[in-house]
This record gives sequence, C-alpha cells and structure tokens, in this order.
Amino acid sequence: MSAPSLPRLQHIIGSGVVAAVGIWVAYVSYTQQPAEAFLFPRLIASVFVVLALWTFAKACLGWTKVGTGITARQFTNLAPGLGVALVYIFWAAKGLGFYTATSIAFFILLSLYDPAPHGALKSWVKRVIITACFMAVMYGLFALLLKVYTPREVFF
Amino acid sequence: MEFLLYMGDVFTPINFGLLLLGTIGGLILGATPGLSPTMAVALLIPFTFQLEAAQGLILLGAAYTSTVAGGAVSAILLKIPGAPANIATTLDGHTMAQKGEGAKALQISFLASAVGGVFGVLLLIFLTPVLAQWALAFGPSHLFWLAILGVTVIGSLDSASVVKGLLSGCIGLWLATIGFDDIMGAQRFIFHPALGGGINIIAALIGLFAIPQVITMFAKGRRGDGAEVIAVQKHPISGAIRELLRNKRALGIGTATGSIIGLIPGVGGQIAGLVAYDQSKKFSPDREKFGTGHPEGVIAAESANNAMVGPSLVPLLTLSIPGSPTAAVLLGGLLIHGIFPGTDLFDNHPDVAWTFINSMLIGQVLMCIFGLYVAGLAARVAQVPQAVMAAIVLGLAVFGSYSVQSSMGDVYVMAALGVMMYFLERFGFSAAPLVLGLILGPIAEANFIQGSMIATATDGMAPYFFGGPLNILLIAVVIASILYSAWMELRSRRYTSKEEIIA
Repeated sequence: MSAPSLPRLQHIIGSGVVAAVGIWVAYVSYTQQPAEAFLFPRLIASVFVVLALWTFAKACLGWTKVGTGITARQFTNLAPGLGVALVYIFWAAKGLGFYTATSIAFFILLSLYDPAPHGALKSWVKRVIITACFMAVMYGLFALLLKVYTPREVFF
Repeated sequence: MEFLLYMGDVFTPINFGLLLLGTIGGLILGATPGLSPTMAVALLIPFTFQLEAAQGLILLGAAYTSTVAGGAVSAILLKIPGAPANIATTLDGHTMAQKGEGAKALQISFLASAVGGVFGVLLLIFLTPVLAQWALAFGPSHLFWLAILGVTVIGSLDSASVVKGLLSGCIGLWLATIGFDDIMGAQRFIFHPALGGGINIIAALIGLFAIPQVITMFAKGRRGDGAEVIAVQKHPISGAIRELLRNKRALGIGTATGSIIGLIPGVGGQIAGLVAYDQSKKFSPDREKFGTGHPEGVIAAESANNAMVGPSLVPLLTLSIPGSPTAAVLLGGLLIHGIFPGTDLFDNHPDVAWTFINSMLIGQVLMCIFGLYVAGLAARVAQVPQAVMAAIVLGLAVFGSYSVQSSMGDVYVMAALGVMMYFLERFGFSAAPLVLGLILGPIAEANFIQGSMIATATDGMAPYFFGGPLNILLIAVVIASILYSAWMELRSRRYTSKEEIIA
C-alpha cells in the first residue's frame, strides 16, 4: 500500500484536528452545567461532530476532494512572513508599542517579500519611504481621525 | 414611493462626500487583485464606528457596489479578476483589450454595470418593504429556521464541498456560542481570557477575510507579479453607449439573471456573472464569437454581477439573512450601530434604511461616471507589489480589529481565526458559511430558546418547531438546498475557478 500524497496527508491531519475540536465541543456541551445554558450548543455540537467525523473518515479513506493543500515551496515562502506577523500580533504590538511594532513588522515584511533586489541601495530607500508613508497614514487615520488610543509600552 | 422622501439626505455634504469616497475607493480596491469586495468592506467597518448609522452604511454600500464593478478593470487589463464576480468578464474583456479595445471594454463594462446595478437597486426599493411586512408573521420557530436556512444555503451553495460547507457553518454557529450565556450567565467554551466577552463579529470578519489573503500573498514568495497592464487607447463614450444599445439582449439577460440570482440567499456574483454569460451565449446568434473578445460577453457578465448587488440585500434587510458574504459583513455593520434588519429597520429607522438604499442608487451612477476616469489609476494600483499589499492589509487588520473595543483580545481572536481559516481553506473549507454561522448564531439561539419556552408551555417541541406550513416550507427549503447542492457536486464541478480563467 503506497503512502498518501502530501495534500491528502495534510487533509487527514486538518480534518482530524477539526474532528477533535468537534468531539471536544460535544463533550463540553453534554457534560458542563447548568445544562440549560448548553441547550443550543448541544444541538450544534451534535451536527458538528457527525459532519466532522464524516469528513475525517472520508479523508482517511481517500473518498473526498483534498483541496490544494500546501506545497513545501509555499510553506517555505509563507513561514517567515507568518512568523513575523505572529510575533508582531502576539507580542510586539503590546510589548513594544503599536506604532513601533507596526513600523518594524511592515518594514521586515517588505524586505522579505519585495521582488526588488536586496543589493540595491535604491530599493532599501524605497522600502523606508513606503514604510514611513504607511505609518503616517495609519497615525493620521487612527490616532488623529478616529482617536483610537493604542498601547504605548516600551516605545511609541 | 417612501424612498423619495429621503432622497435629499443622500446629498448632504457629508453623506455625498462619503458616497464619493466609498465609490472611488471601492473602484480602486476592487481593481486590486487579492482584495475581494468582502474583505474591503470588512476592513472599512472600523472606520464607520464614529459615523452615524446611515453615514457608515453609505460608505460600506458604496464600497460594496464599486468594488464589484472595479474588479472588471483588472479582469480586462490584467486578466486577473479583481473579485470572483468578475471571472466571466475576463473571458471576453481581456481578449478585447489584447485586440486594442481595452477602453471600449472598460466603458461598456461600467455602463452595463450601471444599468444592471440601477435595476437591482430598484428591485431592492420595491421588494424590501413588502417582504419586511411579510416578515411580521414570523415567530421564534420561523426565525430559528430562517437563521439555519441562511447558514445551510450558503454552506451548501457557496462551497466546493457540501459537507465541508455545512461543517464550516457549524463551526461558525459554535464560535457564536463562546462567552457568557445570555440567560443563565454561565461560561461557555472560554478556554482563553481573550474569549471572555465572546467573539467580536467585526474582529472575526476582518480575520476571516483579510488574514487568509495576507498569508496567500506570503505563500507566493518573493516574486514579481508579472501582470502587465495593457495600454488603453482613447475610445469615444458615445460609441460604447451605441454598443450597449446594440446588445440589448445580453444586457437584458444579464440584468434579469443577476437580479434573480441575487435574491437567492447564498448565491454570489461569481455565479451570476457566469450564468448570465452562459445564457447570453446560448441566445446569441453570434455565439461562436464568445471568448474571442465579443462585447456581448462583457455586457452580460458585468450587468449580472452588479444587478446582483441590490437584490442580495433584500433577504438581509427584511429577514436578516444575508444574500452574499459581503451582505453578511454589511449585517455586521448594521448590528454595531444597534440596528436590526426587518420591520424594526423600516418602522424605527426609515431614515437610515432609505438613505442607505438611495445612496446605492446614486452610487451606481457615480460608479459609472468615475469608473471610466479611475480605470487607468486603478490598473496602476493593481500593479502594486503583493509584498506591499500584504503588509498594508496586515497593518489595517491589526489596527482595525483593535479599534473595535480597544482590546488586544480582539486582535488575538482576529489573528487566530484568520490563520485557522487559511489552513482550512487549503482543504476545501469556506469562510462564507463560517461567517454566516457566527453572525446568525445569536439570532438562531435566541429564537431557539424563546421557541423552546413557548413549546414547553404549549404543544411541545416537535409540533412547535416542525408543525405549521411556514415551518414545513422553511425546513423543505433547507433540505432541498442541501440535496440540490449534493446532487450538483456528484454530477460535476459547479464553478469555473479563478485559477482556470487565469491559466
């Protein structure tokens, strides 16, 4: 028996995670008290768990469309950007201050994904200018126009 | 003719300014590949908090209308549909541009969009109050089934797989139950402090629609977009008007098809454009010319996808059932201003309802006028490197979700849902039914609980929820939509994908 293809394997893992969440939701819905508060969640959880297990079973048996999945190349491409985005959202925005963290994240993402050559000084100057313009617009929109008070921790 | 009483409100300096801003901004956003109308409207919602309800809706409505039309610019000049609704436009529009008729293709696409759009909004004007009165007959059990209908119709019709669509809807309904129960005050599924107040709809909308797009742009890596804008030569507008009048059949088929499809909850503009294109081809004596740069193809597709916009709001404004994912986002925009669709909207907030609807009517005309001028600029914006777009959208998503309640919890929820949705989409799950579940979940639960109380005091659960002609009709529609979609899925693939068009 041959090993499942990468998209199919990913599909099995993905639908397995969804099925596990469905089982957990059903378990909590049927065991937590007060029972009246979980009347609607029980209804949803019953359908949720059946559909999730069905999808998981079909994925394991190879009876379903697997979707496009994620190729190794795509994963390599997205990993640095996703990493920067997650660090920015879950730590830097609160830890460093919203505007500082956004400027740094924006500049790093531009540097990572901009097709312009990394060796040329001109493209670095362009990235700095784009970052500065973007931050000016964001500050104008959110701080001055909408008066949103953002976390200002270590920096601005 | 109540709508005429509020026509003047559209022309106050602030309202008209917002309408212009939404229209021009929407045209540019719509032309940008990767920025779907739904995502554009979701990102705009935080900017409407400080506006009055009618003003916020004018901005969102204008953006909705013009992003759909603006998508034609990149479809024609870049062969990249700006939105799924513009897939059919690419078939003939881009070929016309390659033959040196780019300006003509753009002109007839905006003119056809305006004709279809105006007809669609007129349907909205005349159908909505009638249906809103009809909605008065709905009790808790009917409203419960309507909410379930909204989720199942979008879940089954808007997804590649019926089971995965319905499963996405269930995930959305479950997410809507997170937080404190309204009646008992009990904690439900709060596994992280950020979820204490439940999942904020706006943060969730931004995350579910914007973050997967950002990650998709990351996944393409550090490469140039490679899309070349085809140069546009001048073309007299009178020639485009004559072309439109010569192709009345395609215009009529597109407008009628789009209007009918828009009224069906869950069926989006992508289907409207493709069905109208297909029908026009069948009825055309020049059917062999379709796909070779034939104006009829552009007219049918563009009139249909804009004719769909107005009617897609009819089920939303009367029954709280969004007709499309973008309409679902608009529902979020209504709810944050404390306005509930249905009779409440027309009885207690007629100024808001009619000013919004009238602005969509005027917006169609503005979209046509400005579309022709903005097309060149929009095509340039469409060439902005994906790296810049990804970073901008990420920044807007973080600031936008934070500004909802000045809470980092909302930002965490936005990011977590967005990353989860990206991976789920890779395996055939869809964001639209999940969003519908999230929005309609509280409506379904409130009516389910209310209905259970009535049922316990009267005939019991089964007769109350499954008895009566209206309950039976709604249940039949739920089942029919699922069976129809399952049959279609077994029979063949249902849609032409964006990737297939581009290839």
